[in-house]
Formats: sequence, C-alpha cells, structure tokens
Amino acid sequence: MRHIISLLLENESGALSRVAGLFSARGYNIESLTVAPTADRSLSRMTIVTTGTDEVVEQITKQLNKLVDVVRLTDLTESAHVEREMMLIKIRAEGSQRDEIRSLVEIFRGRIVDVTEKSYIVEMTGDGAKIDAFMNALGEHSVLEVVRSGTTGIARGEKILRY
Amino acid sequence: MELSGGEIVMEALKREGVEHIFGYPGGAALHIYDALYQQDAVEHILVRHEQGAVHAADGYARSTGKPGVVLVTSGPGITNCVTGIATAHMDSIPLVVLSGQVPTRAIGSDAFQECDATGITRPCVKHNFMVTRLEDLAATMRKAFYVATSGRPGPVVIDIPKDITAPNIKIPFRYPEKVEMRSYNPTVKGHPGQIRKAVDLLISAQRPMIYTGGGVILSEASEELTTLTRELGYPITNTLMGLGAYPATDPQFVGMLGMHGTYEANMAMHECDVLLAIGARFDDRVTGELEHFCPHARIIHIDVDPASISKTVHVDVPIVGDVRHVLRDMIAVLTASDRRADPQVIETWWEQIHRWAATDCLWYDRESSLIKPQYVIEKINELTHASGRDTYVTSDVGQHQMWAAQFYQFDKPRRWINSGGLGTMGFGLPAAMGVKLAHPESDVICVTGEASIQMCIQELSTMKQYDLPVIVANLNNRYMGMVRQWQEFFYSKRYSHSYVDALPDFKALAESYGHVGVRVDKQGDVEGAIREALANRDRLTFLDFITDQTENVYPMIAAGKGHHEMHLASERELA
Repeated sequence: MRHIISLLLENESGALSRVAGLFSARGYNIESLTVAPTADRSLSRMTIVTTGTDEVVEQITKQLNKLVDVVRLTDLTESAHVEREMMLIKIRAEGSQRDEIRSLVEIFRGRIVDVTEKSYIVEMTGDGAKIDAFMNALGEHSVLEVVRSGTTGIARGEKILRY
Repeated sequence: MELSGGEIVMEALKREGVEHIFGYPGGAALHIYDALYQQDAVEHILVRHEQGAVHAADGYARSTGKPGVVLVTSGPGITNCVTGIATAHMDSIPLVVLSGQVPTRAIGSDAFQECDATGITRPCVKHNFMVTRLEDLAATMRKAFYVATSGRPGPVVIDIPKDITAPNIKIPFRYPEKVEMRSYNPTVKGHPGQIRKAVDLLISAQRPMIYTGGGVILSEASEELTTLTRELGYPITNTLMGLGAYPATDPQFVGMLGMHGTYEANMAMHECDVLLAIGARFDDRVTGELEHFCPHARIIHIDVDPASISKTVHVDVPIVGDVRHVLRDMIAVLTASDRRADPQVIETWWEQIHRWAATDCLWYDRESSLIKPQYVIEKINELTHASGRDTYVTSDVGQHQMWAAQFYQFDKPRRWINSGGLGTMGFGLPAAMGVKLAHPESDVICVTGEASIQMCIQELSTMKQYDLPVIVANLNNRYMGMVRQWQEFFYSKRYSHSYVDALPDFKALAESYGHVGVRVDKQGDVEGAIREALANRDRLTFLDFITDQTENVYPMIAAGKGHHEMHLASERELA
C-alpha cells in the first residue's frame, strides 16, 4: 500500500543522506522524496512516498524515528490529509493544437507560464492522479519534457506536525 | 580558560572520564596528537593498524561498560576503522571515534589523504558529526559521548578538519553539563500497562521460556534478570551476545540457543507457549527459519529500540524501555502478586527439558588421540574457574568461537567478548588487548584460530610495547574450519579455498614479537600448557594447539530449518 510519510528533521548536512541511505540500505521502496527548510530554518520538512506491506511501513517509520536527526514523524495516509504535486510540462503546440491544449489546461486548472511559436510550458498542481490524467489527456506525442516535484502533503484539521 | 581545538578534544576526553584511547597518528590528526603529548590525563595506546585500535576500544567498552575511544587520521586512517566501527554497530557497543580531516578549505578537492569520512561511516554508525566551526567542537564531543552511551548504544564518529584543531587559534572553553537534543530522547521506563500484561502472561504459562540477548548486558541488568528468572523458576537460554548475563552454571540455564545452540534450548524454544525475549533481536542465527520459529508461543519482547520489536517476528506484548528499568518494574509487579504458574505444570515442562538434555548434544569423542578443540576449551574453562581469578574470554569468528560459546561457562556478564553480529575475523586479539588494559589484574584469554588470528596479528607488537600479557589459545586446524564444515555438509566436500597453506610457525612468530610461544601437538600436553600459561602472568603466551582437522561444530541447525530440526554429531543422531 502507498504511504506518505512526513517528517521534520534537523536542517544539517548529511541529514538527507541519512534518510536516503536508510531506504537503500534496507531495501525499502521510495517513490518520491521532497525536502525544504521550514519557517524555522533549523528544521527541514521532508515528504516521502513509499509503498510496502503494513509490517514494512511500520519498520520504515521506526527506522526513520531512530535516526538521530529526525525530530518528528507522521504517516499522513493514516488520516485525512491534503496532498499535492507540482508539474512543469513542456508541450508541443502548433497550429490547431494550440487551442486544444489551452482548453485542456483550463479544464485541469493549470496555467500556461511560457509560450513560444511551437510550444507551451504548463504549470499544473494537484494530486498524482490529476496530473496523470492530464498527461493521458495530452497524449504522449505532444509531451516534450516533464518535471514533477514529487508529492508533498499536510494533515487536515487540528493535526499538526511541528516542533 | 582559552583552548585550541586540539586542547578542547583532550579536555573533553578528560571530562568524560576517558583514561585510555587507542589510535594511530597522521597528518590531519597531528594537532590533536600534539595536544595529547602535552597532557597526562589520557593515556594513548599506539596500535599497529587502525582496525586494531577500534577492536581494542570495542573490547575495552564491552568489558567495562564505558565507551571506547579511538583517534585516527584522515583518509586511510578512518577507512581502516570501518570494519571495527561496523563490528561495534552490529553489537550496539558504545564507541567514540575521532578522525582527523583535511582542512575545511581543502574539503572536496581530493586533497592528500582526503576521504568522505562521514559519508563512508554513515551506514555503520549510530550517528556521526563533522565539526565545521571551532565553537561547535566541545558541544559535539559532549553530544557524541551522550549518543554513544544512551538508549541502544553504538559507535559515533566525529570528523575534525585540521584547521579546527590549530594550536594558535584559541577560544573560551565551555563544556555543556547536560545534553538536550530535540531529535533524540531514548525511552527508559517501560509502559506500566504492558508490564502488567507481560507478568499476567508469564504467570499463565504452561511451557514458558526466557530468551535473553546482549541488551541485558548493555543495560547492566544481570542481577535483575537473575532475580526474575529464579523467582519464576523458568528455563532460560542466552544468545551468543547474551552469554554471562545469567550464570551458565545455574541449573535453570539450558545453554545457548540458535544455529549451534543446545538441543534442549532450541527444542524448548520450539515447544514453549510463552516466550519472554529480553534485549535480544531475533537474529537469523538465533531464530532459524522464521516460518518455524516458536510456533506455539505468545511472545513478550523487552527492548530499548522500538525498531527491534516485531522486525522479523511478530510480538504479542511489546515493551519499549531500558531492560534494567523494565525488569525492576516486572519484579515489583510479580512480587506484589501471589499468583504463580502451577508448579506441577512447570515441573512437567522441566521433565521434558531434562529428557531433551539427556541427548548430550555437546558430545564429542573424548577417546580420540588427536587434540579435540572442545577439549581445549573444556580445560580452559576448568582451569580458569579453579584459578580464583576473574577471567575474560575473547574470540575471533568461526568454529572456535562456537566451541568457546558452548563449552566455556560464563557466570558473569561482560566476560565473553566476541563479534556476534558482524562476525569479524581479526576481532579477538585486539579486543583482548583492550580488555587486558582495562582489567590488568584479570586473566584474559583470546580463543582464536590460525585463520582469524592472522587478520590482526600485528597487534602482538602493541601488546609487547604496552605489556599486556594475555593468553592466546590458537585452535590450529589448518582450515577455515567453519567454511570447511559448510563445504563438507553443503558442497559435497569441495573445499574451495578453505585450506590455509604456508602457515607461519606461530611459536617462532610469537617469540619474534618478544612473547612466549608454545606449540602443543599432543592431547596429553594440553592441560600442562594451559596451566603454565596461566602461571606465567608477566608475559603473553601464545599457545598453538594443533587440533583435529575434521572436527565439526555440533549440534547444528542448517540454513532454512527450524529449531526442531537440529543435527547432532553423527554418533549421537536421534533415530
């Protein structure tokens, strides 16, 4: 099953490599990993998307908690949460395609952020499924380049991950 | 007080109560070595290879409970330490390893003797640091000792660039009294509800079993374990790492468990209905095939590391906490209750265990004219128990290690020093050096083999320099015995590269290092040689026992088999 693990860790050199190293050393899956400093610059917030059985995911959270740099950890998928991913996509856009793509972008509530005679760059935010759906709607042949941020997420309601 | 970086390192060691460090100098560590030279609180032992330094510090730590400290230079200095650090990491041994690094401005430039020390050691340390500001050095030293020794202990590396320790740059010295880390707070007390649940389950048992590991020793909980076990009257087994936590000569002790554990211990594991696991981590050499592991048991597991709980074996009553604290609380709950298991039922269980024990699974051919390795260990056991002196036994890895574990009766914790998790050949001799340094009045015996000993034999020179007279008992069968055994059993006797040709004359080799060397090739000379070595307390004696080449370690659980599928020596095989 897919899990989104969100953690706060010391914003120190080596901290990212400890987390990444843990996943490779123990053979855990890692679908995506995003990290950036928080409002408190001494802490980083990391979001890891992983898949595994309940036992494996339990081990992953325990092993992450064991890292001396990890301050707090939560499995977002255990409760209601919001998840988002941002994609920048460069699309071939010529002739009649240009209108078609523009309306598709509108339907998916994306934004065109760069225009040339032959291409658009579209910024699209949403959960993974929405982004996948947009790409399917475009069709493979018109996609020139894709960059996805990986998933970030936050728990809904009163649940707060902070130090 | 204004101190340079080098002086801060020394002052911090002094404040941490460190009396001995093991190391080897080199360019990037020279400022620290210069500060070391100008003080006398910390004594430095100059090893012959950095791996020896780490194993020695490790042996020192295992035998005292205090952290072992190592000082090495950058590049090859720290890479040579990696095997030792990984060894300590697998067995949760507290070490602080200080490595010099090239100056901060040169980092990343592929400078002479530069390597990414924190990167290389990251997967085999509990934590590591690189000090990039002189102002952080004292606090980092304090943190390193705290992290290494608290919770589940382990090795910590501090990488210190050379400019940080420069003698001409001094800052006010402040050493933090307390360490507070928002990201690191090990659990000490166990959950009272879980403890009551565990005691209830233990009392309800009909075929109980207690299985304990190195965690009992690390948390200094032998006394509590002994009290609890005696109060319950249940059988107890120790893992390889846990030997000595419960007295081996006590009738409730059923021997070590696992791949080369006793038949009775493994069968009792297989048949038990309640298992109390304490400070043990269900290692594959202990559990055998997981599918067959303790099929009838409800399991209680006490461990300071939550990640050890339900890692490979599902646990019914997990208790996270320091073993000693949890056991004290369990004893309190138990003694406050008048409920106990039905003595009749427990007696029936003991009768079954005694029937298993009657197989005499550690049998070997005592009539043989060859020197049987088991006989050597039995004699060492007998003579050291008779000597009245405290005795420490270190070992390397392989058959001799298993025989020492099976045949030496450890009655006290911290007396059995071996590399259980990583299985590091070359560990035994430098570890013995560290133990002897910490316990000069005690006897220290390194049980080894002719293959293992050669992996760190250079430390014989260090032991001469610092006058550390241990006894080396080399069980010399001219084979990598455990490899040969597996090749005999599982590879149709194709002994691929397990025969050691062109061996040195160990007697002459020991003598050339300035020690006493003795070659023993007759069964009748074994006892006399050990007696003489024990009597010769001023000099290191290297006993080279020429043993039966074909002897195998029994009993044995083959890979992929369960506790109930043990092989005994062919002469003892059950019908």
